[in-house]
Amino acid sequence: MSPDDAVHLFKTDDIFTLGRLADKAARRSSGDRVFFIRNRHINPTNICVNRCRFCAFSRSAKEDGAYEMSLEEITKKASSGSAVEEFHIVGGLHPDWPFEFYMDMLNKLRRRFPAVHIKAFTAVEIDYLSSLSGLGLKKTISLLMEAGLGSMPGGGAEIFSPRVRKKICPEKIPGRRWLTVMRAAHKAGLKTNATMLYGHVETVEDRVNHLLRLRTLQDETKGFNAFIPLAFQPKNTEMGIDSFTSGIDDLKTIAVSRLFLDNFPHIKAYWIMLGEKVSQVALSFGADDIDGTVVEEKIAHMAGGTSGEALEKDALVNLIRKTGKIPVERDSLYNIIKEYA
Amino acid sequence: MVVSKSAKTKRLTKSKAFTLLKNAPLLELGQMADGLRRRLHKKNTVTFIVDRNINYTNICINQCKFCAFYRTKNHSEGYLLRQDDIFRKIDETIKLGGTQILLQGGLHPDLTIEYFEDLFRSIKARFNINLHAMSAPEILFLAKQSGLSTTATLARLKAAGLGSIPGAGAEILSDRIREVISPRKIKTLEWLDLMEEAHRQGIRSTATMMFGSGEKMEDIVEHLDAIRRLQDKTGGFTAFIPWTFQPVNTKINVKPATGVEYLRVLAISRLYLDNISNVQASWVTQGIKMMEVSLRFGANDMGSTMIEENVVAAAGVHYRASKEQLIRAAQNAGFNAAQRDTFYRILRRF
Repeated sequence: MSPDDAVHLFKTDDIFTLGRLADKAARRSSGDRVFFIRNRHINPTNICVNRCRFCAFSRSAKEDGAYEMSLEEITKKASSGSAVEEFHIVGGLHPDWPFEFYMDMLNKLRRRFPAVHIKAFTAVEIDYLSSLSGLGLKKTISLLMEAGLGSMPGGGAEIFSPRVRKKICPEKIPGRRWLTVMRAAHKAGLKTNATMLYGHVETVEDRVNHLLRLRTLQDETKGFNAFIPLAFQPKNTEMGIDSFTSGIDDLKTIAVSRLFLDNFPHIKAYWIMLGEKVSQVALSFGADDIDGTVVEEKIAHMAGGTSGEALEKDALVNLIRKTGKIPVERDSLYNIIKEYA
Repeated sequence: MVVSKSAKTKRLTKSKAFTLLKNAPLLELGQMADGLRRRLHKKNTVTFIVDRNINYTNICINQCKFCAFYRTKNHSEGYLLRQDDIFRKIDETIKLGGTQILLQGGLHPDLTIEYFEDLFRSIKARFNINLHAMSAPEILFLAKQSGLSTTATLARLKAAGLGSIPGAGAEILSDRIREVISPRKIKTLEWLDLMEEAHRQGIRSTATMMFGSGEKMEDIVEHLDAIRRLQDKTGGFTAFIPWTFQPVNTKINVKPATGVEYLRVLAISRLYLDNISNVQASWVTQGIKMMEVSLRFGANDMGSTMIEENVVAAAGVHYRASKEQLIRAAQNAGFNAAQRDTFYRILRRF
């Protein structure tokens, strides 16, 4: 699909044809299956040297609401609640934590929870860790992998356009650096996800350009597992926008992503950002993954996200089943753990 | 009712409706409903009303298991609003551009027709506003408490200022399910008969359906069929409003209806009720995002700005919408927004 076609699809009024095409594409790769995972989010700190305008989560060190967890607290958080398949760990770029802190965290979690997959650090954090270690990307990633890093989430991509980045996250690494980090991760054998933050100041063309750069890198590395469009959550941010994305835009974005990113195995409807209802509908618009139990989401909720902070496995199975598709519990790398036929 | 010929000739049968509800792919169902909705409403407009829910009392003898709002008479949280409080709320509503008061309450054992006649007359003497008031269970209860026929009760309420009747209390028009969820509430035929009599007297009403409380798909189709048959007879329904049962804080243990189930029922309602012009999306139970999607799945109305909504809030749902949000939602779904009155006359376009 050409970028022009994708722009055209974003602007179409015929959501039914768009949805059907995307659903067909999803069925080609996943059949009737919709994936979910039992996972737990851990956000070790919200203290961050960046000040992204769209972020309601980050704080400076002395600000009200700033927090940092000790290694013990992180382990405690990891062990609370029911057993999970994956830890999803992302946090702020802490100004004082040394590289060793992150190595210790991985080592400790791996020793304590040998069966749990650790999906951690966005490309932005990996870039930061490589400057902390002073060892370069390749060596840094390989050390993290030795310590237990199993894969990487797709955050920090936002919108690659420099014009947009200047407005929404001027301190953050540029889009091309994000792609460089991902290329290095993929080359090292790490699978990652990719995201796109939409619904703020970007144009449709910015979205398509973003998707194009992801598709191009994926052609080169085949390292991306899932693409996750992230609906901008407007509350408590500095963006001066008070509206959430529209449900129609959410569904179109899922569908166009599915069709345009023909080399991505999975498109995820992240229920935390879309809400349970829209993410369930998105399963008929090209999404084949609904994320997971999550447990204690912080980042979207500080920006006014109104979905719950966790969903029981049964609730996920029910959501998927009611669409007529087959719920499949997966591991982090999309190996099937259980089909709920 | 304005119904296009093509829609009438292709009228859905019960068995076809059941098959579609059960088996049709979501997008096919949506596209069919969207198509009919566009034929019925040629202008690219979706509407909303500015009104206020005033729940004059929460004291209720029915004690329906799905309801988180009611209290018994001696409960410390039971209340009956004073007329002054009601007037203040109406005054605020008019200042916000409101044209309707949705006045409903529990089945309060001490209230008789004189109370309502006095209340309605006092309101109409002070304010130019439509009283979209009571509901079938309230009116039947009132008739009994006052020793009057329903015909006489309706006539006296109308004379006192009743403008239209909300379709609440229909829940699901299947006595099998009503026995489970609201055994003391009026039965299917009573609801339908009351609405028929109201329509006959020129009092129009909406019709609702609350689903997701344990009914089967057959029950949903039966409900739609009962409404369609009555509408064929009277033409008195202005709109149909399906909404989902909210199980939090209630005594019924079911999984809430999911978003996809809501859209399917909404779409089949649009398709089946070809003789009711308007189908309303329920942002109160579905949220704004889903309402936007609903506008492409058969709905052409967004209900009201709901300045106050106690009943759903009591069940743990706290969506809010301002006029600006509703206008934006319509635009997001590709429509122009317009404010309407109770009878779907356009008051203002945006």
